[in-house]
Amino acid sequence: MAQGILQIALFCALIVAIVPLLGGHMARVFRGERTFLDPLSGRLERGTYRLLGVGGRGGRWEPDPQDWKAYARSVLLFSAAGWLLLFVILRTQSLHPLNHGDFRSAPWDVTFNTVSSFVTNTNWQFYGGETTMTYVSQAVGLTVQNFVSAAVGLAVAVALIRALAGRRVPTAGDPDAGAAAGTIGNFWQDLTRAITHVLLPIAFVAALVLVTQGVLQTLGATAHGVARGPVASQEAIKELGTNGGGFFNVNAAHPFENPTAFSNLLEMLLILAIPASLTMTYGRMVGSRRQGWAVFGAMSLLFLVSVAVVFAAERHGTPAQTIAGLHGVNLEGKELRNGSTMSALFTAVTTVTSCGAVNSAFESMTGLGGLVPMVNLGYGESVFGGVGTGLYTMLMYVLLAVFIGGLMVGRTPEFLGKKIEAKEIKLVSLGILVTPLLVLLGSGLALATKYGAPSIYATGPQGFSETFYAYLSQANNNGSAFAGYTGFLQPDAGNAGSNGVTFADVIGGLVMLAGRFVPILIVLALAGSLAGKRAAPVGAGTLRTDTGTFAGLLIGVVVLIGALTFFPALLLGPVVQGLTDHLF
Amino acid sequence: MPMPLPKEVLTAVRAMVVLTVLLGLAYPAVVTGVAQLTMPDRANGSFIASDGQVTGSRLLGVAPTLDTGKQDDNGDPVTAPDPSFFQPRPSATGYATDTSYFSNRGPNSDTARQFYKEEAAAYLALNAPTSPGLTVGKIPIDAVTTSGSGVDPEISKANAAIQARRVAAARGLPPAQVAALVRKHSRGRFLGVFGEPGVNVPELNRSLRNLEATS
Repeated sequence: MAQGILQIALFCALIVAIVPLLGGHMARVFRGERTFLDPLSGRLERGTYRLLGVGGRGGRWEPDPQDWKAYARSVLLFSAAGWLLLFVILRTQSLHPLNHGDFRSAPWDVTFNTVSSFVTNTNWQFYGGETTMTYVSQAVGLTVQNFVSAAVGLAVAVALIRALAGRRVPTAGDPDAGAAAGTIGNFWQDLTRAITHVLLPIAFVAALVLVTQGVLQTLGATAHGVARGPVASQEAIKELGTNGGGFFNVNAAHPFENPTAFSNLLEMLLILAIPASLTMTYGRMVGSRRQGWAVFGAMSLLFLVSVAVVFAAERHGTPAQTIAGLHGVNLEGKELRNGSTMSALFTAVTTVTSCGAVNSAFESMTGLGGLVPMVNLGYGESVFGGVGTGLYTMLMYVLLAVFIGGLMVGRTPEFLGKKIEAKEIKLVSLGILVTPLLVLLGSGLALATKYGAPSIYATGPQGFSETFYAYLSQANNNGSAFAGYTGFLQPDAGNAGSNGVTFADVIGGLVMLAGRFVPILIVLALAGSLAGKRAAPVGAGTLRTDTGTFAGLLIGVVVLIGALTFFPALLLGPVVQGLTDHLF
Repeated sequence: MPMPLPKEVLTAVRAMVVLTVLLGLAYPAVVTGVAQLTMPDRANGSFIASDGQVTGSRLLGVAPTLDTGKQDDNGDPVTAPDPSFFQPRPSATGYATDTSYFSNRGPNSDTARQFYKEEAAAYLALNAPTSPGLTVGKIPIDAVTTSGSGVDPEISKANAAIQARRVAAARGLPPAQVAALVRKHSRGRFLGVFGEPGVNVPELNRSLRNLEATS
């Protein structure tokens, strides 16, 4: 017990140490300032501009800041181009070089689901990587989307921060020109700098560190019956970009993805690093670190509660184990080197963020333990959340909390000096409600019609949990699974003779696309609306948003909305199982 | 001034191509190059060999089996765990090294209960003769639950201690000698804090093979 708590406490201390460092670095990156990485990253950045055809002499580029509509158009065009390219790559597997296993392409519906999954930073996987994906698909297709989908999330979050900060964008001439014109930055610049100054340098170092632990990095074919591939380069960005799509079917439970206690620790840190640090980036860019710490504090508290519950739950065996006469922790579907503690912590880390990588089987957790990932997803990925997506979701909750607080004290709500009016609150309400709506529509359709049945593996309440979790995970762009739920039937490796479950694949793909791009459009519209507003000086009656009290109010709003939306569904699945020893 | 639409479509396509070359070709290639030059053994699968023959990977736990001479309904040979080697944790995949999946046994699953009963009975049948007093309730939990990967290379120290007595008896070795091998391939927590201690089964079994070779 004490040993487990010590592990968790030290992990949290490491996160708190990373936040100001990485958060500060990202603030400099997105303000367009020089960073210590400039000798290498700056060169890559300028080279990218030159190849994009926008850079001038030496690749230097002073981009025009975009208003929200132009920014949104760039996001959508870029994501559409990425979707099409990935679709082409995955549909042409039989032509790929280094296709050692002669893998064909998966059925079209599975490809639709997979492509939508990776472009939306979800990484929901109906397929098993080592038996269906060529090295080219993994590295040139999926790894690239792991980078760029994370970078898009970062860019959108930074655009919202700029709108709130009301600063000029980094490159405009006049200090107030940007804000006055309602501009929120330039997408192509944000995208490029996110990759060259943040994601790529960290992923490169992390990949090599993972190889020292035994993570594979080879282009060689299966040898001695062992499936292999370029794993480390994908593993590093899969965690850092909160993508979560494993090279292997069992994800980070596989010894070749996550071989040691050290690699496990590193991977958990990579998952939380950017989402947690962005709170500090936000604090710095709006000119008050306390604002950042308040958001970080609210997120941390919700995170700690979920860690405590799943940690305590997995220290006990499941009813099936107890009735069979066994004693000990729940190790079903877990790896010994991680044990119940590091499996529980990884579960909390990967579900508060929208990562969705797993180092143990969610389906085999205790009822109460399995409740934790569901509740975390029910918060709408606002507790740390995905790279970028988490912060902008939480900032929508912040605006809602400010609005509710304003109603309580009877003043026009304002946030960071900017008046929050009907238009903003309408956008926030839509932005917060669209994801739950997708979850309930998707799982409702799957459970109420006959089309959902072929995907369900378990009987009883567990079958419900699988289905509900599938749409919860896809709508929130998380990607973890109660893995009994299937959309792909594959008799042999290599996709020959395989079939997709079209309903699950197509509905899931649409849910992921809507769960990603509808909130992004709403957030950018919100940014556009806020960017044009004048900031009033702080007065005596201003509701302070950098205090513990406000963090408490924020937690209340997040929990209340999650509970009101998902309580009935949670009762039907994991709560039933947590309360009974009955076997199904 | 925003870019005109056709120009921006072109920029989006160019960006995907440029970033694919950087992140999908250059980045994995450089990581592969550095890894293959500086740590080829680990980058290629941590294979271990005894007597010049590759016996598996240090990171993949595969069960050593004996041929029983019988055949199942499909005509495939029926195997049994080899008592003279250490056995890894149960596997949902039959210790497959080219594919992986979870058991996906739910917490309140009756088939899971049935599975645990069978696994416990098998573990007792194998180990109770050399560990008198071993009962279902005393079996280390890692020995009867399936691992996440199906190829967990490690077992708990308690599990290894029980199996060490069986291995020693099966080989006619002094128990102290096998216990010393277990200690040699035991690993503590990372920095004394993170993860769970364990014993590496593939390395332990390689040491046993090497003993055979030298004796």
